Amino acid sequence: MSATKETTTQEPETPKVSIVVEFSGGLEMLFSDQRRHSLSIPATDKEGKAVTISYLIDYLCNRTMKDARKELFVLDDHVRPGILVLINDADWELEGEEAYELQNGDNILFVSTLHGG
Amino acid sequence: MPPALCAVCKTERALIKRPKNHQKLCKGCFIEIFEDEVHHTITSSQLFSRGERVAIGASGGKDSTVLASVLKTLNERHDYGVDLVLLSIDEGIKGYRDDSLETVKRNATQYDMELKIVGYDELYGWTMDQVVETIGKKGNCTYCGVFRRQALDRGAKMLGIKHVVTGHNADDVAETVLMNLLRGDLPRLSRSTSIVTGSDASEVKRSKPLKYAYEKEIVLYAHHKKLDYFTTECIYSPEAFRGSARSLVKNLERVRPSAILDVVRSGEDMARLVPGATPDACGCKGKAPPPPQSAADDENVGGCGSSNGRTVGGDMAAMEKQLRANEAAEAAGLETKVSVSRTEAQRPNSQKQQPEQQKTTGTRLPIITKQTLGNCEKCGYLTSQKLCQACMLLDGLNKNRPQITI
Repeated sequence: MSATKETTTQEPETPKVSIVVEFSGGLEMLFSDQRRHSLSIPATDKEGKAVTISYLIDYLCNRTMKDARKELFVLDDHVRPGILVLINDADWELEGEEAYELQNGDNILFVSTLHGG
Repeated sequence: MPPALCAVCKTERALIKRPKNHQKLCKGCFIEIFEDEVHHTITSSQLFSRGERVAIGASGGKDSTVLASVLKTLNERHDYGVDLVLLSIDEGIKGYRDDSLETVKRNATQYDMELKIVGYDELYGWTMDQVVETIGKKGNCTYCGVFRRQALDRGAKMLGIKHVVTGHNADDVAETVLMNLLRGDLPRLSRSTSIVTGSDASEVKRSKPLKYAYEKEIVLYAHHKKLDYFTTECIYSPEAFRGSARSLVKNLERVRPSAILDVVRSGEDMARLVPGATPDACGCKGKAPPPPQSAADDENVGGCGSSNGRTVGGDMAAMEKQLRANEAAEAAGLETKVSVSRTEAQRPNSQKQQPEQQKTTGTRLPIITKQTLGNCEKCGYLTSQKLCQACMLLDGLNKNRPQITI
């Protein structure tokens, strides 16, 4: 995983990483009722560091989410408690949570557990 | 970071980190352990008996869908010999329930189960849409809740079924414990921790086999088993107070994941201190079952929330007696006025519990408790009043109807 990081950070131009972001458990309603979003996002942030889940969350709030109710997705700059994040089907707690560095082809799933059952 | 391996099989990549003990598991081992733990809850609490017909209260949401899937799996794997039926309530909320009922219909086919849908309109003559039209959005959850409780019972009776299981999970129980703690309602807190409620007096018993299952794991189970469930929020006022209890639980979980089962356990412990309450810990009394794997962490691997090894003294007779009292209190709601002075002889608990009871109750104050149960004059539903709660609410609604429709 760390090998690809170095190649992406060395690029002089702004390369992109292609990822798939999915929303379920009710979160899709915050993202234009669309479950699956294919995104191409900058591979590095302003400081030239490889982009992380933390960057993605900002990106989603500012670029992808049309709904004004940001607090249903993010609270105090973190994913709202009760929303599960799966990175390539693995609990993000196993992958370093917000510090995980995005790789080309990653699938990031946000699932809300907050809605009725 | 190299991918972590499953703590059980040590070969597959770990995909799940269990909230209750931080154990890292692969998909296959997680599904197996999740099912084993529900099986443990069911067998240690002796929830089912062979030949029993059991209705699964099915909303099409994640909890009841997982419950239906797990019960079908376990019933076949462990030969419980129970006959599972899906029972759904149609509250009559357009744009909410009609979609989720479609999910339940698909579940019925997927799980090859009989499905019964009972509508508020046929039971009460009112859909929730009409109720809201009449009384407004404020307070309509009270109506919906009272109607639903009876609706599941009545639906079960129509099917000739005496046992309804619901998808309440550990997070739900923790929320309810906190809500009742914040309201100062210990009797209700005590009831909310019971795995079985209702009684032979009300003809239909309720149980929650997922009581010790984390919501997170339920969602992950549904995800990894690719179960078909529906997500929506009721379009009418979400329960504000429950919402804040819910946020509290989720915030606690973020800081310390074991907090949820700890609150459930605290609720069970507090329930034991409520005068006349029957303790309801996991039926295994804290003895962990033989672990299906080498325990990676020392705490709570045993599956139930009650691993303190405490002894509980409630026998079945006490349980049944208490369940009847619970039902009476439930019917009376919060406005219980009748108080009965209880004597030592009336105490339902066994001697083992006596010293503790005396310590906690102190001077024998009159304890608000049992009432005479009768049947509702209108519908015959079990109640301690002349009319059951649903009929009282309906009375009010029916008086309002002409004014509104003018």
